[in-house]
Amino acid sequence: MNRAARAVFPHPLLTILLAITWCLVANSIALGSIVMGVILGILIPLTTRAYWPDAPRGLRLFKLARYVVLVIWDILAANVAVAWLVVTRSNTAMHPKWVVIPLELRRPEAITMLAGTITLTPGTVSADLSDEGHCLLVHALDAESAEEVRDEIKDRYERRLKEIFE
Amino acid sequence: MTPETVTLILDIAITISLVVGAVFTLVGSFGLLKLDDAMKRLHAPTKASTLGVGALLLASILGAFARDEPSLQEALIMAFLFVTAPISAQFICKVNLHRRSCMTPPEPSSDSTWATLDTADAGDAPAQHLTPEKG
Amino acid sequence: MSFVDYAIYGAFGAVSLAQLLAMVRLILGPHTADRILALDTMTVNAIGLIVMLGISQGTQIYFEAALIVAMLGFVSTVAYCRFVLRGDIIE
Repeated sequence: MNRAARAVFPHPLLTILLAITWCLVANSIALGSIVMGVILGILIPLTTRAYWPDAPRGLRLFKLARYVVLVIWDILAANVAVAWLVVTRSNTAMHPKWVVIPLELRRPEAITMLAGTITLTPGTVSADLSDEGHCLLVHALDAESAEEVRDEIKDRYERRLKEIFE
Repeated sequence: MTPETVTLILDIAITISLVVGAVFTLVGSFGLLKLDDAMKRLHAPTKASTLGVGALLLASILGAFARDEPSLQEALIMAFLFVTAPISAQFICKVNLHRRSCMTPPEPSSDSTWATLDTADAGDAPAQHLTPEKG
Repeated sequence: MSFVDYAIYGAFGAVSLAQLLAMVRLILGPHTADRILALDTMTVNAIGLIVMLGISQGTQIYFEAALIVAMLGFVSTVAYCRFVLRGDIIE
């Protein structure tokens, strides 16, 4: 995208998202609310541009959509498993574990998405980041070995996020 | 399809999502009460309750379609809940780590310590005098 | 009374029971984080109750209430946690 367009639309995806959000809040797809949504979608990224200077560019949108579908499926499938575990398994029979995940991702946006994915997929909650941002601390509710959880997260989510953002 | 069939299918879909939502919400709160460790307790409500309320909102969307006044407004609440649930969960994790009310985590493999336990900038963190809680 | 009404009454009962269980955890504690988590869960359950009230009365007017409760619940959880972590909410 050339520089003039970049000056008007610092975050083109955010513009579209804000327009859709406005149409949902107004609960109409009349021309008036679409125009209002687009105006807000241009003004808000312009006024907040200074707070998000280094936004990621060149996202692979198709892979992002596939990743979102995969995560939604994982949330639904694994939530049933954890609900069953919570109801049937006694407290002493569970093996909670801390898992340390060395990160290959460097972009803050990508790490945020990985941490959110880990928390929403049941059985694991992301707890903390190391002080330089190279490791993620994850708590697993019931795991046989920490290495298994680490390898699954790295292979299933981090690899895909790396393809989307880098 | 006749309008009666469509209404019946919508009613069945509303009933299913209501039941699923109610069960998951109940399991989330039950887990909050049943589990015996502060970190374990975090798992049940953050996920099961979020999914449960998501199913209830889906029932509300379907109900609006069944009344012939279609609206997708509830999708906004759903998206908001799914975006904010991990953030609240991580903040509560950090409180647990800070108050030492859970198992001590292992050292990170490449950096010196975890961000919450980093006391290098202790000058502006007035919570330092707090003693570790006993559970 | 159709089967949808029975489902709504059953769901009201289940979510109210969930609200009570979360309140027991809020009273028991024992840690600060447990109380914050219980309050967060109660907010999420309250959104479910408001939404079901909207379904049972067949109106759309409770949407704004549910949205505002969702936003306030998130902001208050973050504010409690920041207060415990840093001793201050806005530095």
